[in-house]
Parts: sequence; structure tokens; C-alpha cells
Amino acid sequence: MAEAIKIDSVPNYSDLPFYSKQRRMVLHNCGTIDPDSLEEYIANGGYEGLANAITKMTPAEVAAEVKKSGLRGRGGGGFPTGLKWEIAAKSVSDKKYIICNADEGDPGAFMDRSLLEGDPHAILEGMAIGAYAIGADEGYIYCRAEYPLAIARLKKAIAQAEEAGLLGKNIFGTNFSCTLHIKEGAGAFVCGEETALMASIEGRRGMPRPRPPFPAVKGLWDQPSNINNVETFANVSYILRVGADEYLKFGTEKSKGTKVFALTGKINNTGLAEVPMGITMREIIFDIGGGILDNRKFKAVQIGGPSGGCMPESLLDTSIDYDSLIAAGAMMGSGGLVVMDESTCMVDVAKFFLTFTQSESCGKCTPCREGTKRMLEILEKITDGKGEDGDIERLENLAQAIKNGALCALGQTAPNPVLSTLRYFRDEYEAHIKEKRCPAGACTNLLQYNITDACKGCGLCARNCPAKAISGELKSVHKIDQSKCIKCGVCMSKCPFKAIIRK
Amino acid sequence: MELVKVTIDGITVEVPSTFTVIEAAAKAGIRIPQLCYHPELTKEGACRVCVCEIEGAKGLPAACVFPVRDGLVVHTNTPKVRATRKAVVELLLANHPQDCLFCQKNNDCELQSIAADLGIREVPYQGEKRKAEKDLSNPSLVRDPNKCILCGRCIRACHERQGLDIYGYINRGFKTVVGPAFGFGLGDVPCTYCGQCAAVCPTAAICEKDDTERVFAALGDPKKYTIVQTAPAVRVALGEALGLPAGEIVTGKMVAALRRLGFDKVFDTNFSADLTIMEEGSEFLERVTKGGVLPMITSCSPGWINFIELKYPDLLPHLSTAKSPQGMFGALTKTYWPEKNGMAVEDIYSVSIMPCTAKKSECVRPQLQSNPGLPDVDAVLTTRELARMIKSAGIDFKSLPEEEYDSPLGTSTGAGVIFGVTGGVMEAAIRTVHFLLTKQEIPGIVFTPVRGMEGIKEAQVVVPINGQDVTVKLAVAHTLRNAKILMDKIRAGQADYHFIEIMACPGGCIGGGGQPQPVNAEIRAARTAATYTADERNVLRQSHNNPEIQALYKDWLGAPLGEKSHHLLHTHYGKQERKL
Amino acid sequence: MVIKTIEDLNAIKVAAQATIQERRNSQKQIIIGMGTCGIAAGAKAVWDAAEAAVKKLGVKDVVIWDTGCIGMCQKEPLLDVALPGQPRVTYGPVSPADVERIVAEHVVGGRVVSDLVVAKL
Repeated sequence: MAEAIKIDSVPNYSDLPFYSKQRRMVLHNCGTIDPDSLEEYIANGGYEGLANAITKMTPAEVAAEVKKSGLRGRGGGGFPTGLKWEIAAKSVSDKKYIICNADEGDPGAFMDRSLLEGDPHAILEGMAIGAYAIGADEGYIYCRAEYPLAIARLKKAIAQAEEAGLLGKNIFGTNFSCTLHIKEGAGAFVCGEETALMASIEGRRGMPRPRPPFPAVKGLWDQPSNINNVETFANVSYILRVGADEYLKFGTEKSKGTKVFALTGKINNTGLAEVPMGITMREIIFDIGGGILDNRKFKAVQIGGPSGGCMPESLLDTSIDYDSLIAAGAMMGSGGLVVMDESTCMVDVAKFFLTFTQSESCGKCTPCREGTKRMLEILEKITDGKGEDGDIERLENLAQAIKNGALCALGQTAPNPVLSTLRYFRDEYEAHIKEKRCPAGACTNLLQYNITDACKGCGLCARNCPAKAISGELKSVHKIDQSKCIKCGVCMSKCPFKAIIRK
Repeated sequence: MELVKVTIDGITVEVPSTFTVIEAAAKAGIRIPQLCYHPELTKEGACRVCVCEIEGAKGLPAACVFPVRDGLVVHTNTPKVRATRKAVVELLLANHPQDCLFCQKNNDCELQSIAADLGIREVPYQGEKRKAEKDLSNPSLVRDPNKCILCGRCIRACHERQGLDIYGYINRGFKTVVGPAFGFGLGDVPCTYCGQCAAVCPTAAICEKDDTERVFAALGDPKKYTIVQTAPAVRVALGEALGLPAGEIVTGKMVAALRRLGFDKVFDTNFSADLTIMEEGSEFLERVTKGGVLPMITSCSPGWINFIELKYPDLLPHLSTAKSPQGMFGALTKTYWPEKNGMAVEDIYSVSIMPCTAKKSECVRPQLQSNPGLPDVDAVLTTRELARMIKSAGIDFKSLPEEEYDSPLGTSTGAGVIFGVTGGVMEAAIRTVHFLLTKQEIPGIVFTPVRGMEGIKEAQVVVPINGQDVTVKLAVAHTLRNAKILMDKIRAGQADYHFIEIMACPGGCIGGGGQPQPVNAEIRAARTAATYTADERNVLRQSHNNPEIQALYKDWLGAPLGEKSHHLLHTHYGKQERKL
Repeated sequence: MVIKTIEDLNAIKVAAQATIQERRNSQKQIIIGMGTCGIAAGAKAVWDAAEAAVKKLGVKDVVIWDTGCIGMCQKEPLLDVALPGQPRVTYGPVSPADVERIVAEHVVGGRVVSDLVVAKL
């Protein structure tokens, strides 16, 4: 049993490498307060932002304050939130809706879930502020049903806020009323696209529709509507509480504030990190993330999910902000960061994301439905060792057609994982196609197991081979019949002399 | 209406501000390729063959959905646009059987002609193709999901025109298909077989069930005596499928073509339309004078009959018991004709040419067998199928002489021909009912309040009934969406009509699901105008003045609603139950 | 209470802060990260173990409550101990088998368990 130590010698959170470079504004309550307690939220300054907004400011001033803060949409595209609100505010209608996109669907992303579960009132407060700014009195939180805990916490939070008069009729004794509902989504990735999301709330199949008309003009049930994502609303609560001037202190010229990232992959410290905009990728991965697992070599980081791209080592010092990431062929996306090391095959990565976008395509438009399928087939061919001349060009042509022709942003960005890996790792594609070799050693069909002269002829490999692909006399060097080998690797793991190599 | 100036490929046109780019382009003389777009359905922007470059807009927007605004500058023929459109069509073809040569829609397929127009010479992508079973679950329509390009026109036509939702998108990604829920066949779900889905389908994914081979076989069978009847709306549309302009009346050439195909007797459904008026008009008078169920509703449209049996079975007593004109004619071919001509009924093969896919389901109704086990009509061909038979037989339709129908059962009145348009049955009935009640023809012959393309028309006519002047209230609806509105009114007890005419298809039978493609409001208007012209050209304008009808009653039937009529010309209905 | 004014909100804030402070001063607290991530890593079993340990060791004036995710996925499940007048200390990854030791050593004995400690808040 380890010895007990003095509490003074325990490091502070802020001293841990994982936290020292973080700036927890949005996540300040997550993991510290009881999410089921409205009192704890209020004790930490909760609903002060809403109080400021509706008792001291006009709706236009609220939108202007958010505009001044420089907040941009945290769901992917990075459209300025204040401007979005101003456009929605201008639409004249008796009925408007505020909608929270909580349909977090990028593989490996869980920023929004963490916020919804850890600090649900922050979202409700942000939505109420947004509703006030655009002139809405009703709103929906569209949350995937796979987040049962988030939904339970939200339901409880809404009930608490209504009971306390923080939601519902005549909030803070003003004329402003705001009712919020939860709509559970069935987990279709495409329902994160705002027009598809609204279709789904209306009870129709979640399929995007072309814009214009934009939701700010014609949205949910044909009424002007404004959609922001979870993290954006949490930022709004913070901004209205502390003021835009305070918020502005963090970030770059065009990307203000912080961004929450879900750090996953071949990295030592996986987790959620909230960092100020402008931090470099290197700082996130090597300082916060603690570097690559098993001291392997960094190869790339995937950012932005299925719409994003892979950034190579040469771009590690890129500033994390909306525009630099776009310039690098990636995008902010919702905040998934997947770190890859030398054992990751970049063609395989592209294939992974295409598999995802293809199976999640809503099926409405031809380029996305049919085009991603053909791209995926070509990638499968390449990783199977059946790639041929012209495949890269076919991929590029398809990517262009999908980018130009697809109906919605999800379709238009679906080729990005292929385009960015082609941009930075074209040699890996070529090695697969021309040399039938996977440089990362990840594509099973391109691997070969061979027995070296270190073989003592013990026969253990042959006895364990499930495909009966290994033959040889006892005490002499054995041989693998490549036509029978299924590349399972059992022989290599059984060999006591490390005489079997894979390449 | 506000007008805006739009420049498309350098041509500036002034168009209503409600237009989208595709409509403005048409005005500038540029036909942008289109697949999911249909001028009469909501715009989806799904297929992406109509993409174009729009200055100031991101990416390549779809012209069909992009709204015009003043000063909009559009380019529809740049290398980028061409490359993208081509890629889109190549992708559609990569997941398509590519069996154009032996496809039912060969030379009549929008995908095929767009591929040709874009100059596609190969499909650069090979891979998995959709493999789905054909839907052969019903007598009217065949769905081949492998030919579906997921444009969604059928979904919208069914929903928007008919107020039904038989079709929807199923699954996601490459596995997406269009079809009835849970993969059911059309015969399993409450489909009325109206064929409006087939009428808008750009490919052969939804087609009429092809019965041409069965009919060719009967024609080639020396033991069979083949009788054909032609529905009112066929003569004003058939020409379109054979290279003639819309609105051409081709009755004489059609009769000639049917004789050349080998039919022993060529008769006219217009004749039995007149007969329908005699029976249905008399039935109406009986209901009005003796206190029967009102409003009485017409029963000619089989899509409508399927609809009411499926969706409003409680209202079945409102239906006229008179068989449809096809049904009446079928009965005559299997009773009157063999009796008068000393033939064995088994030797008679009765065919009807209809603008309608639902008629194929009508002819297999067990209620329509005058001889047990033997259908009164053996095969129903749509206008499209007849056109294909004419082409297949090498008949040069345009140069055919005009020939007359056989007699008897071939003479008809103008009242019979207007059965083909919405309001026509009502107008024909009024012409006769007026005479039956007043012993005078309606002044000016025609009754125009029930004409026109309005979805639901209301009219009234004052006639003496039981010695008193009574205002008879009439309603006419076309499309099942409008039928639904009237049925809900009846159910709610808010319909004080006496007589309602309902046709399942837009514009009536001239817009039927079996008519030549393409069809749009303009083409339907041309067919309608031709129908009224055919009425005007006829010396006989009222069913009761048809001498052959008078003779038939005198020689054989007796009186309307009489014993023989009751057995041969009237039918009954029942609730239809299917899944969902 | 229904909040009608900013003053109402402030009153609740002050009262809530006092309550929280009072709890910190008077109660021993065991806080378990119960986001979906924590639950997936086994936080529910840790919760049960904490309840059992408290009962078994007869710990008085202790409260167990849950919080959301603080972001350290690789250290889940996380269990915090806060004793009156002392900083809140995070342990992780904690298995149900570790819990009784943490309760005995830290909650009862006031000694930090060094091999499982992560940081203090």
C-alpha cells in the first residue's frame, strides 16, 4: 500500500500539463458543480447573463453585444453568431423559434454531451438570451436520443428553470416569455444540418433542403428560426454575464474566445480540453495531450470530423482559428481532434470517414449518395491492393463533383478527408497503388508475413496457423505460402525466436 | 406581379419574382436539364443535374430551386457546370441497369435523353449496383427499384396531388430507396393504382403493367373473336405518343390502327358512357324523388373507387351503383354481343384502351363478371401501351386514313366524349337529367359551370322535381386530394350537395396515369380543348338522343334501372383492407 | 421561489453560496464524475462502493453527490474527496476496490492516498 502524503504536496489542477494551457470559460462548471442543482448554477453566476440581457438591454443591444464579442458558431461553419441573430431579428413574424442543435454526431466528438450533462442550465440560459435577441418565444433543443443522460438533465433543468420563473411567461417580470422543448433525434448524422434538423422536428424525414430561403427567413414550420449549437449557447451565457469586452481578451483577431476539443487517438492524455483560440496544434497535442502514445512518431491530426481534414507534422504550428484551419484544408468543425501516429494509414483514415459519410448520407442528392459510394469503393480497392493507375484522378474528379454539386454542407464537405490526405500524404496513396505497399503497415491485404533465417524449425507457427499456410521440415527454416496466408498474425505472435517478420 | 431582370448566359429576360432560375432560363430559350424538377410539383433540388453558376452564390446551386432576384447573373454552360452535370448523370448511370435497349421506356426516358444530350459515352465508375426485387404485387403498376434515380417525383405526386403518402424514402446512404413503407408492395398498401406516380416518373422505375403481349397473343389466336373499346380521353392524347402535337383528335386514325392490329370489332367506350348517363341519371332521379342516399357520387373512375373503398368505406352507399363505362361495355361484349351473334362467350376476347392504370385493377374485380369466372374485360391497355403496339406492328400512324367505329355499339354522343375531362360526367348527366325532368333540352346544350381546372367546382341547377322547382346542388372534384376534402365534408355532415362527380386524376381522364408522357398543365389544356371540340363536332350532344342506345333499350335491355340493367350494368362495392 | 427581479436572483445566489459554503465547512463530501463517460468507465460501481464503504466504516456527516465530466477521460472514473476546510482532491482512475481505502484513509483519516491522487481543485 502506498504511503499517505500531505495534501499540500498534491498538485493543483492548474499545475497539471493537461489543464495549465486550458482556459475553462465554457466548461467552468463541468465536473465541479452538481448539474441537477439550479442553486449551484446560480451560485456560480448562472442566469446573470439572462438577467442582464432582458432587464437592461434591448434585443438589438443583445445581438450587438454578441456581435462585438466576435463569437462564431461552434458547430462547424463558424458563422458570426451576432450577425446570424441580427438577420433573424429582422425577419418580421408573429412567431419565431430558437433552436439548439444538440445532435452531436461527429465520430469521436463529445463536447456537447459533456456540456449538456455537466452544465445544462448554461444552454437554457443561452437559448433564452438568443430567443430574446431574435424575438422568439419558443424553442427546441434537438438532442440525439443516444444521449439519455443529457436529455434527463435537460428535462430536469427546464422544469427547475420554469419553476423559478427563469423560463416560461414574463421572465424577470418583463414581457419576454420563452418556452423550451426537447426533441429527441434518432441519431442520423445529417440531422445536424439545420434544415434537416428542422424537418426532423416537424416529424418529417431528416433531409436537408436547398437554401435560400434561409432558416432566418423560413425555418421551423415555415417561421423565422435561428439555430446555434450547444457550445455556442454556452458561450452566449458567458458573454452576457461577463460582457463582450472581457470575452474579447482571448483568441485571435477573427476567432475570439475559446474552443472545446475532444482529444482522442494515439495520444497520452485523451479528454476534453477548452483552449483559447490561437493556440497551436503542437501545444494541444504535445503540452495538453502529453504527446504521442508509446513515444511513437506523430503523423497527422484529424480535425473537423467527416467534414474536416488531416494536418501533417509540417502544420503543427498552425494557429487554431477558423480561417487558418480552412487554409490548411481542414476546418474547426465541432471540435473532434483525432491524433494519428506512424502506424496509422492515411488511406485507411480517408476510407474510415468516407464509410461514415456514405452510410450517413441522407440519400437525397446524387453527388453525395452515389459519389461518396464510388469514392469509398475506390479507397477500398486501393487498400485491398487492387489500386490502379487513374484511381487518384478518379477520386479527385469525384471529389470535385461532390464539392461543387452536393445539396448541403455535409455533402459538399464529404470529400475533404480524401482531399486533405491526398494533399499531404499523396505518397501513401501512390505506395498502395504502385508498390502494393502500406507504409504504415496497417492495410492487412497489403501485408506479407515472412519467415527469416532465425527460424529454428520448431513448427509452432505451422501448428498454430489457421489457414495451414506454413510448411517445413522440423529443425529447418519454414516457409509461408502467401496464396494461403490470411494475414492473421498468429504465427508472428507464437514464434519464440522472433523469426517471423511483417512488412 | 413584380417583375425582375435576370441575365442568363448573356440573355436578359424579365420574369416574375416568384420564378426560379430554371423557369427564367426557359424564358431565355435555355432548357436546363432536369430530373427531380417537375413543373407541377414542389421543387426539391435533389438530383443536381440542373446545377449552374450563379454570380455571388456559393458552389453550384440547383437552378430549379434558386429564386430569381433583380440583377441575378447566371451561367448555365461553363466547363465547371458541364463537368458537374456530367458527373452527376454518370453517377446515376453507374447505379442503373443500363439496359435501355430493352427497357419499357426506351426512347421515352428522361434519364436516357439527358445522358444523350450531355454526350456521355462511358460510365467511368464501376461498382455495386442496387439489387432490388421488382414489385409485381398489383394488376396495374410495376415498380423496378433498380431503375429508380431517387428523384422523388412519385413521392411528391402521390402526396401533393392525391393526398396519399404511398411512397417515401427508406434507408440512408447508398442503400436509400423509394417505395412504400417497410418494403411492402403497392398491392399491400392503400394504393389506388391511379398511376400519377408513373405519369411523373422520369425513368422506367414505375410503369404500367405491360399487357401488350397478352393482347398480341389473343389477336394472333384464330379462335378468339377480339373486341376493343376505346375510352373517351384516349383519342385526344394518343397522337402525342406517335409524333403528333398535343390536342390533336385522332379518333379515325386510332380506329384504323386498331383494325390493322387485327381487332375483329372496334367499338367506342363513348357509347357506354352514354349508357352510363341513362342508368346513372335515372338512378339519381330515383334517389332524389324517392329519398335515396344523397349526395350521390359518380363511380366511373377506378382510382377513385379504390380510394373510397380503402379510405371512406362508410360512404360507399353514396356511390352510384352504375358500373363505369368500361364495365358496362365489358358486360355487353360478354352478354349482348355473343347472344346477338350466336357466339360462344368463351371465344370472345374483350380489350379496352384506357387512359388509366387503375382500369387494370377494375377489370379483375369479381363483381364485374357477367359470366361467373369470366372477366367482362380480358385486358386493359393504357394509351401508352396502345402506342407501343402500333409502333411494334409497324403501322405508320400519321398516314392512316380516318375510319369509323363498328356498329352497333359504336355510335356515341358529345355527352359521351366529355366523360374524359373533369366535370364531363356531370355535364353529360345534367344534359340528360334536364331533359328527363322537363322534356326539353337544356338551353344552349352545354352546362359550363362544371367546366375548368379548379380543384373543386360547385354549381347548381333548378329543375322541377315532383311538381316543384328544386335547386339541385352539384360538386365536381378532380384529384384524390380534392376528393378527400369533399368526403370529409360529407362525413362531417356539412355537404348539402345532391350530386358529386369525382375523378382521381388531374383534369380527369385526359390527365390519367396511363396517358402519354410528358404531361403538364399545358398539355392537359390541349387535351381538354380537343375533348370539347369533339363534343361540338358531334351532331348528337345528349346521351338520350343516341339512337343506338335507344335501340339497345328497346330491343334488349328494357328500361334504365330495369331487371336486365340491374344485373348487367350495376354493381356493388366493399371495403378494401390492406396493410398500413 | 419565483424569481421576478435581478435582486431576487442575487438573493438566491447569495443564499446558495452560503449553503454551499456551509456544506463545505460542515460536511465531508465524496463527489463522483457521473457523465456518460464516467458511467461508461464504471462510475456507477464506484458510487455503490462509496455508499457501501461509508456505511461499513460508519462515516458520519458525509454526503455523496455526482458531477459532470471534467475532461480527463483517461483518468475516469474520477472520485473527489473534499473535507471541511480543505481543498477538493481528485482521484482517478478509481476502481470499486480502491474506494474503501480512499474512504478509510482520506475521508476518515484525512490522509491523501498518493498512488491514486490526480490533483486538487
